[in-house]
Order: sequence, then C-alpha cells, then structure tokens
Amino acid sequence: MTAQVEAQVPNIPNFGEALKTKTPNQEALERLARNKASIVGLVIIVFFMLVAIFARVLAPHDPLEITSGQKYLPPAWVKETAGGKASNPAYLLGTDSLGRDVLSRVIFGARVSMVVGFVPTFIIVVIGTIIGMTAGYLGGTWDNILMRLTDVIYAFPDLLFFIIVMVSLRDTWLGQFMNGMFLLFASLAIVNWVGIARLVRGQVLSLKQKEFIEAARAIGVKTPRIMTHHLLPNTLGVIIVYIAFRIPGMIITEAILGYLGLGLRPPANSQAFFVTSWGGLLLEGQTAINAQPWILLAPAICIALVVLAFTFLGDGLRDALDPRMRGSQ
Amino acid sequence: MTTYLIRRLLWLIPVILVVGAVTFILMHNTPGGPWDTDAERRQVDESTRKSLEAFYGLDKPLWRQFLAYMIGDWNNKGEFVCGLPCGNFGPSYRQRGVPVEAILFRPPEDENGNLKPWYYSRFGYSLRLGILALVIAMGVGIPIGTIAALKQNTWIDYLSLLIATAGISVPSFVIAIFLIIIFASGLQWISVIPRSWDSPSVWILPAIVLGFGTLAFTARLMRTSMLEVLRMDYVRTARAKGLAERTVVTVHMIKNALIPVITILGPSLAGLVTGSFIIETMFAFPGMGRAYVQAISQRDYSMIMGTTLIYAILVALANLSVDFIYVLVDPRIRLEE
Repeated sequence: MTAQVEAQVPNIPNFGEALKTKTPNQEALERLARNKASIVGLVIIVFFMLVAIFARVLAPHDPLEITSGQKYLPPAWVKETAGGKASNPAYLLGTDSLGRDVLSRVIFGARVSMVVGFVPTFIIVVIGTIIGMTAGYLGGTWDNILMRLTDVIYAFPDLLFFIIVMVSLRDTWLGQFMNGMFLLFASLAIVNWVGIARLVRGQVLSLKQKEFIEAARAIGVKTPRIMTHHLLPNTLGVIIVYIAFRIPGMIITEAILGYLGLGLRPPANSQAFFVTSWGGLLLEGQTAINAQPWILLAPAICIALVVLAFTFLGDGLRDALDPRMRGSQ
Repeated sequence: MTTYLIRRLLWLIPVILVVGAVTFILMHNTPGGPWDTDAERRQVDESTRKSLEAFYGLDKPLWRQFLAYMIGDWNNKGEFVCGLPCGNFGPSYRQRGVPVEAILFRPPEDENGNLKPWYYSRFGYSLRLGILALVIAMGVGIPIGTIAALKQNTWIDYLSLLIATAGISVPSFVIAIFLIIIFASGLQWISVIPRSWDSPSVWILPAIVLGFGTLAFTARLMRTSMLEVLRMDYVRTARAKGLAERTVVTVHMIKNALIPVITILGPSLAGLVTGSFIIETMFAFPGMGRAYVQAISQRDYSMIMGTTLIYAILVALANLSVDFIYVLVDPRIRLEE
C-alpha cells in the first residue's frame, strides 16, 4: 500500500501541471501545431515571404538584365533542346525571350504576390472590422445602409470590377503611382471590405445578446471600450480565419490581372522594388509554351503552392480557433 | 412566393443601374479613349470631332448619354432609339460599323453567305463550352462525392478530399497551364490551338479545365450532403423495412442529397460562362470571353462596357435562380420574409 503511494508521488507535480488551465489562445495554438497540413502550409508561406524579402540577395541574376544571344535557353537539366539550344548552368530555369533569367524573375515575382496578399488584406480588415462592428452594435440606419451597400457590391462581379478599374485608370497618375500597385490595392480593398464587415456585423449581432455584454453595459462601461475590450477579442478568431482564406483570392486576382496585361507596370530602372509579377510572367510565357515552358510552369507552380498553403493554414486555423466548425464546408 | 419573385426581379434594376453607372463613369474618365476631351491627345480637327460626337451622341450631357445607353433617347430626327432594354449596346469603337451586340450574338456566315445557327455566335460558343464543362463537372463530381461519403474515412475519401481541396483553391488557369504542358507540349496528344472547333474532341480539354473547380466544389458539396443524409431517420427506416441497399442509396439517399447540388447549377453555369475569359484566351477559343480580353487589349471601350453589363446581368440572374430552384426541389422551404 505504502509502495503504491510512493510510486505515485513523482507524478503529482505533473498532475498539478495538467490541472493548470490553459488560456483558449494557448489551446488553439496547440491544436494548430498538431495539424500537420497547416504547419506545412505555414512553412511554405514563411518560405515565400523570405524569398520576397531577400529577393535581391537570392536572385542569381539581375531580373531585368538582357543578354543578347541567350534567349530561350532551356533549364539547366536539359542538355540540349530539339532546336539545338544548349543550356547554361548559370541559368537554372533557363531564360526568356530577351535572355533574362527566369529563376530571378520568378523570385522577384514573389514580392508582388506576397505584398498583394497582405497589404490590401490589412486595409480591409481595419476598415471592415470598424464598420462591421459599428453597424452591428449600433444597428438602425447605419446597419441598413451597410447592408444595402454590401448587396450592391456583392452583385458586381468583382473580377469585372477590377478589370474595368484597371483598364480605365491605368494611364492616369493614380494608375502610375507605385507602378500601378496602388490602384490594385485600392480596388481590391474597395470590393473586399464588405465581406469582412458583414462577417463582423453578424458576429457582433449575436454577441451583443450575450450576458457578459449586458453585464458590461450594466456596470457602465462605455461603448468604445465594450467594442475594443469585449467585442473585438471575441470576433478575432473569425477574422483570422477569414484573412487566411481571403489572401489567396487576392494573389489569384493579381495573377489574373497580370495575365491580362493589366497588372504591374514594368519598371524603368532595375533598382525598383517590384520588378515583375507571377501573372506578368504567365503572360510572357504563354507565347513561348513550346520554346521555354518554364516561363509558364515556374510561376504556375508557385501560385499553386502559395494558394494551397494558405488553404491548408486556413483549414487548420478554423479547426483550431472554432472547434465547433470542425469538418464543415 | 409571387411577390417575393417580383421583388427579387425588381432588385435587379438598381443593381444593373449601379454596375452600368460605375462602368460608364470609369470608362468616361479614361485617357486616350474616344470620350477623351483632352485637346492635346486629340488627333482629329475640331469640325471632324464635332460631327463625330454628334453622330455618336457624345455632344450631349453625360447624364443624358448614360440614360441613352441604359434606357434610350431621341435621336436628331426625333425618333426614339431604344438602348439596353432592347439589346442595343451601341457601336464598337474598333470594329467599324459593327454594334457590340452583333460581335457577341451574331453568328458568322458560312461559305454561301448564309448565317450559321445562333450557337455559332461568340456567346453561343461560350454557352456551349460552359454547358459541356458543367456536364463534366456534375457527371464526375457527383459520383466522386457519393463514393467518398459512402466510404468515409477510407483512402478513397481522403484522395477525393485532396483533389477537391486542390481543385477549389488552385485557380483554373493554373491547372490549365499544367494540363496544356502535359498533354499538348509534352505528350502531344492534342494541339493547343486547334484549327477548327467543329470536331468534338478539341472541346474536351478546355471543358475539363474550365469545369475543374466546379467539379471539385460539387464533389465536396455532395460528400457533405450525403454524410448528412446517411444519418437520417428515413434512411434507417428504408433499411429496416428491408429495401435493397442499392434502392436505399439511389432512391432515398442520392435523391435527397442532390438538393444542395442542384441549387448551385445556376451560379455554376454563370460562373463557367462568364469566368472563362482566361481559359478561352489560352485555348484561342472563339467565345465571348476571348472577345472581352481582346477588347481590353484593343481598348474597345464600348465593347468592354457592353460585355461587362451582359456578364453582370448573367451573374445576377444566376444568383437569383438559386432561391427559385431551392423552392422547386425542396417543398419544405417557403420563401417569405
């Protein structure tokens, strides 16, 4: 009997440890860490972010450097193409129609996609959360205006809106600012803030009926403080999941616009931050599909990888932050 | 029900007006366009410009031009010229003497100078490709979703989920690039740009690529819906009264599980017909989407505006169709507000 008790003694501290309650955030993080697919997704996203940041260091060549007589070189592992072009090991993925290094261009293309993914998202989250929260909490006329506005914006097919905006404003000073990136951010933000506003509004509408909000109001907490300290933390999970699913949509939109020739304007100087985009590379690669398929393949693989990575991360985040939603959709 | 239907249809009018207004305003502020009033960029002399503008009605105030486009206006002879409601989208600015609606909806002439059937028009081509893509997506997606649900948590289920996730998240033009490079430049089974679209075999690859996203979505939706139906009491009852497993699956489960899938038919078709401009461009398909992309690169503003409005109307109608199909297939739902 005593031996048994002694045997249990070393376990007691662990037992006590387990009794310590974890915060919901810690639990969510642990659930996320257990999800292998989303960790892989996270690793891929971080990888491409690093590539985007250190593009100038990583790229083996200047992405704008034109080498005469080196056009459409095959990738390094192809010894010689049917056309009799020998590869050059210095150009891992070969060269394009002007003899520019494909790999370097793809590396610089990551910059546009990453920035397009994150910057407009940040803008729409800030705008959408503020408007959604205000409309949901205050209700009445503001809520009505928001809902009618979202109805109209939802009815406008968003890709068509981006195309129209880019076509018509591209040659104005607005379209030339930041090589056209500013216009792209602005139009992405205009369309996308409604989604998050509607989502936050819905959350706030249901939260506002809960007892803890009523209690806060009863003890005289002011409206702004209720919003920032009670409503915001409770809607954050939904917002984070929404962001993870929204970012790939932005990246795809940029790629489509680039493919249509409506994306980033090619910069004049080689020291520009944005040199080319994956969508733009697809457009260039399209005409050389037989001569040099890697101009098309490399950005296509990158787009597919990034988009899948965000989807897996989003799935994991949804499962981790909202266990009730598990398995739905 | 009727009131609801009328109300939803009336709601289309402001939507189309807003889409039209946004497009109209943006197009009018475009530098270098036919409506550009910047004198330095003008290459025609003053009198030519004046008579051209009078011919196209561009000398009128902007609001009147907009109304003329969206509803109609009286011309110089005092006759009423109907606008958008009569299918009048105005003249194309690049293809002289051809109105926008003729580019999109008029079929080409055959060798004898007769018009071919309507489905040879650009819209007809896009519609046919969209329907084929939808048939492929449903024909493959529904069985995949059904099997995955019946064999839940087996490798078949996981494989189909993986394909569905990839198909939903990876955009169709990226999938198109992979398939074109594998089948056209690698294996050389098909030519990327066929000389003629008359033989059915050249339609298959673009249709698969176009429908892949819908296929994946259908499979996922069907799986979720089947899993829900599996646990229903009436399925247990059907089994309990000794029906053959095949009857239970086909009559009691699939029939009910199909309800959510059927409702996405409308938006899917609209998405396939309107979302195809990249796929059409890649395959040099003679449809509406490629005409749209060409209009963008040629800056054919009236063509861009007209096609955008047609796309917007199609999408709005398709979204509307969801509600009505729901009522038709599921008698439990009543549309009242």
